[in-house]
Amino acid sequence: MRPILMKGHERPLTFLRYNRDGDMLFSCAKDHTPTLWYADNGERHGTFRGHNGAVWCCDVSRDSLRLITGSADQSAKLWDVKTGQQLFSFKFGSPARSVDFALGDKLAVITTDPFMERTSAIHVKRIAEDPEDQVSESVLVLESPNGRKRINRAVWGPLNQTIVSGGEDAVLRIWDAETGKLLKESDSEVGHKNTITSLTKSADDSHFITGSLDKTAKACLWDMRTLTLLKTYVSGVPVNAVSMSPLLDHVVLGGGQDASAVTTTDHRAGKFEAKFYDKILQEEIGGVKGHFGPINALAFNPDGKSFSSGGEDGYVRLHHFDSDYFNIRI
Amino acid sequence: MANIDIDSRAAQLGIDWSQVNLDSIHLPPGEDFGIQSDDEGVYHDDQLEFDTGFGNIIVVDNLPVVPKAKFEKLENVLKKIYNQLGVIKENGLWMPVDPDTGVTLGYCFIEFNTPQEAQNAKEKTHGYKLDKSHIFAVNMFDDFDRLMNVKEEWEAPQTKPYVPGENLQKWLTDEKARDQLVIRSGPDTEVLWNDPRQKNTEPVHKRPYWTESYVQWSPLGTYLVTLHKQGAAVWGGADTFTRLMRYQHNMVKLVDFSPGEKYLVTYHSQEPSNPRDASKVEIKVFDVRTGRMMRDFKGSADEFSIGGPGGVAGASWPVFRWGGGKEDKYFAKLSKNTISVYETETFGLIDKKSMKVDNVVDICWSPTDSILSLFVPEQGGGNQPAKVALVQIPSKVELRQKNLFSVSDCKMYWQSSGEYLAVKVDRYTKTKKSTYSGFELFRIKERDIPIEVLELDNKNDKIIAFAWEPKGHRFAVIHGDQPRPDVSFYTMKTAQHGGRVTKLGTLKAKQANALFWSPSGKYIILAGLKNFNGQLEFFNVDEMETMATTEHFMATDIEWDPTGRYVATAVTSVHEMENGFTVWSFNGKLLYRVLKDHFFQLAWRPRPASFLSPEKEEEIAKNLKKYSKKYEAEDQDVSLLLSEQDREKRKALKEEWEKWVMQWKSLHEEEKLERQNLRDGEISDEEEDDEEAKEVKEVEFEDVIDVTEEIVQE
Repeated sequence: MRPILMKGHERPLTFLRYNRDGDMLFSCAKDHTPTLWYADNGERHGTFRGHNGAVWCCDVSRDSLRLITGSADQSAKLWDVKTGQQLFSFKFGSPARSVDFALGDKLAVITTDPFMERTSAIHVKRIAEDPEDQVSESVLVLESPNGRKRINRAVWGPLNQTIVSGGEDAVLRIWDAETGKLLKESDSEVGHKNTITSLTKSADDSHFITGSLDKTAKACLWDMRTLTLLKTYVSGVPVNAVSMSPLLDHVVLGGGQDASAVTTTDHRAGKFEAKFYDKILQEEIGGVKGHFGPINALAFNPDGKSFSSGGEDGYVRLHHFDSDYFNIRI
Repeated sequence: MANIDIDSRAAQLGIDWSQVNLDSIHLPPGEDFGIQSDDEGVYHDDQLEFDTGFGNIIVVDNLPVVPKAKFEKLENVLKKIYNQLGVIKENGLWMPVDPDTGVTLGYCFIEFNTPQEAQNAKEKTHGYKLDKSHIFAVNMFDDFDRLMNVKEEWEAPQTKPYVPGENLQKWLTDEKARDQLVIRSGPDTEVLWNDPRQKNTEPVHKRPYWTESYVQWSPLGTYLVTLHKQGAAVWGGADTFTRLMRYQHNMVKLVDFSPGEKYLVTYHSQEPSNPRDASKVEIKVFDVRTGRMMRDFKGSADEFSIGGPGGVAGASWPVFRWGGGKEDKYFAKLSKNTISVYETETFGLIDKKSMKVDNVVDICWSPTDSILSLFVPEQGGGNQPAKVALVQIPSKVELRQKNLFSVSDCKMYWQSSGEYLAVKVDRYTKTKKSTYSGFELFRIKERDIPIEVLELDNKNDKIIAFAWEPKGHRFAVIHGDQPRPDVSFYTMKTAQHGGRVTKLGTLKAKQANALFWSPSGKYIILAGLKNFNGQLEFFNVDEMETMATTEHFMATDIEWDPTGRYVATAVTSVHEMENGFTVWSFNGKLLYRVLKDHFFQLAWRPRPASFLSPEKEEEIAKNLKKYSKKYEAEDQDVSLLLSEQDREKRKALKEEWEKWVMQWKSLHEEEKLERQNLRDGEISDEEEDDEEAKEVKEVEFEDVIDVTEEIVQE
């Protein structure tokens, strides 16, 4: 498979997201413009201008009409995907780190970083159907018990009943999305030992995978409802991004040596590989090399036939799998 | 007790911790209220010697009994005698008298300034004849209790029943003839079996915080030594690792065994408080089995290192080099202008004096014989030539010497069975601006020790590495310019040339900077460590062919197992990522990998020399096919079993996963309606998705298998 190199960003990639139909790919980077690409051939469709800081995360609504982005300029913005116009801007006193639309796209969860006196928080916003009616008030604000540590990602649980969060304190938490009560915390024995960098849900919300910088640099698979650790994938390098194939029982981990240390060693020393693992057997089945820096973002096309990776090097690499891939037997 | 327990208990009893000063609590001595102290068991049985403070007092008995009138005279006599032997403290002589009559009781106490003086006085005056009927009986005051308790009747000492010790060599009797290795990662130290059949390791013993710095096997593999604040300890035993002996040496930094593992040398150095002073060094030599300290050496670091560049900061280890083969007879120390050779019979210098060799900078023992090779560099700006000499110990006779001119440096390499000595000589070119290298090869076992000079084909090549084939007659050299030097092989013996060194071949442009011969010879790994990122080439020197080229990315260490069957390559924690080790077969086949974060050390457990005679070994080598049949069959069985187990495991995992998926599916189904409501009644997308998924699975891929061109004739 020959990857399509998508060069549109000037700074390291931070996040990648496909829409539900799998024909659009949204990319976020530390430059200020989230970009929309054709997921098939990698052509650039357009950009969303308006942010004034690194864009950390985005999410697209089920009907592919709305985009929400979270940025270091202390705002989260709603966009009209068709026109690229900004519809609304939620202002925070600190950078917005992650965004996630709820089922039905009527709610969104936005996390903010610890900044000055502010602690890291999870905000739930109501998304109005008509942008004219949009208000900036939060429905619910959750404070992390370990507020000085950044929350890196928060996503909705099944049926919008819960919110799952993970961050620098290496603990996964499940919150009640109605009352804001903390329901569960991951067991420190079995869980991560260092910053949780990424968290990705399965297509049916039943389980999710987390990647971490911890000692064993592993990614773990968890049950969404009970927070039971199901599988662990050990990669030997810090993990920045994780994704699961919607089609086959594969997971893919990306990461590598810390970006600040890259220039000091041989480029191969960094292990900037997207590593594929068998989801059930936890065995490594292969790797895709190519990035000239750590991988910061990974996403599978919902059809499971292609995936894309975004690196510190500013490139998005779009890979369409060869037929061999679908016949891997281990 | 966990803190929470303590807190809750305190709350029950109504104690406010903030009001309690823990230091004010004194437990009665010997009572611990059932709370084990953390350091209990640590050096529990150490026989601490308490200084009673009476060590400098002696008791002199059998004095004349004198009345009061003569008291002073006797006192003066005693003072006169004992003042010669030491300084008596003021009022230090006390002669008790009968309170009624004032007559002396016939004994006195004398207190000296130091215990040494008291000891000396005791030894010198015990049995001293004052006159015919008064012969002094002198004892140390400290010994008094002991002497008073001597029983009147002699009792035969009880013979303790013989307790057979553990079989310390039991690991050698492993049924599968596997080898052990020790690894350290994070806080843990683990001893493992290398099980290439199972493609994994099998744990033997694991302990967190087993050592405070590093671990080391003894040269024959019997003991594992660990280092602690209080000293070193050796571990071993039949089944698990138990502590066999401890060697007290505070803040020990380095240890070294004698080759026959009879003695253990421990080293400790202390940074001076004044940076201009040399650091203090203390070295102790212990008997491994009894734990007795045989000798200790103290001094400044200068005395234990030679003044080479940068050699001032600390001693070069090992300070003491052991010679004389496995008998552990001699050890030698190099210091400025002298070589001190000690013998282990007395732990004193041979002939009670060191050898004077002006400006000697390096010494090296033959691995098998008591022959010492030494190197003296050029003196007086080239007026005095440099010299390499062989000295027989203990006779100190110079067996052979060779003068060398315009030499910048020398390195000595002994072949493992002591047959050859190679001296790599770096010489200045005429302009003295650069150096080139050559070899002087000594044939130790031949008459008069002939020396042969070997120069590389290209004289100006830099020599990057040199290594003798263990037990063999060949050696390998990496020479030339980085990044692609050449590797050459030479032999000291050939059928045609007999006693002449002959080149076997040169491999051009290899990415290698280190050589690792298999302990059994024949095979060698040409390794590119550090800058070469862990390139490995497994090479068969008999056939002069490459068996495999591979890579263990960023490998820092390579170690052959003692039998030469397997090789372990490791990435230690000098690198941040992918720490761990990989085990290869001798021919470069990857067997298995183990990832361990914070990986510090890997060491195979050495094996003692085989008891088989060379003839027998040869016979086995000849009939290898016959012997190997059995093992091959076993290998097959194991691999069958393994794949069977693997299948079972996978099946179990799959089933478990299915269960999860089923559970999720049913939940998903139950929640279908709710989801629909959340989406304002839009049909949930599962049905579509399912169909899509099915569709996807049915996709057929067109593969072009073959294309042939046919010309169709019209």
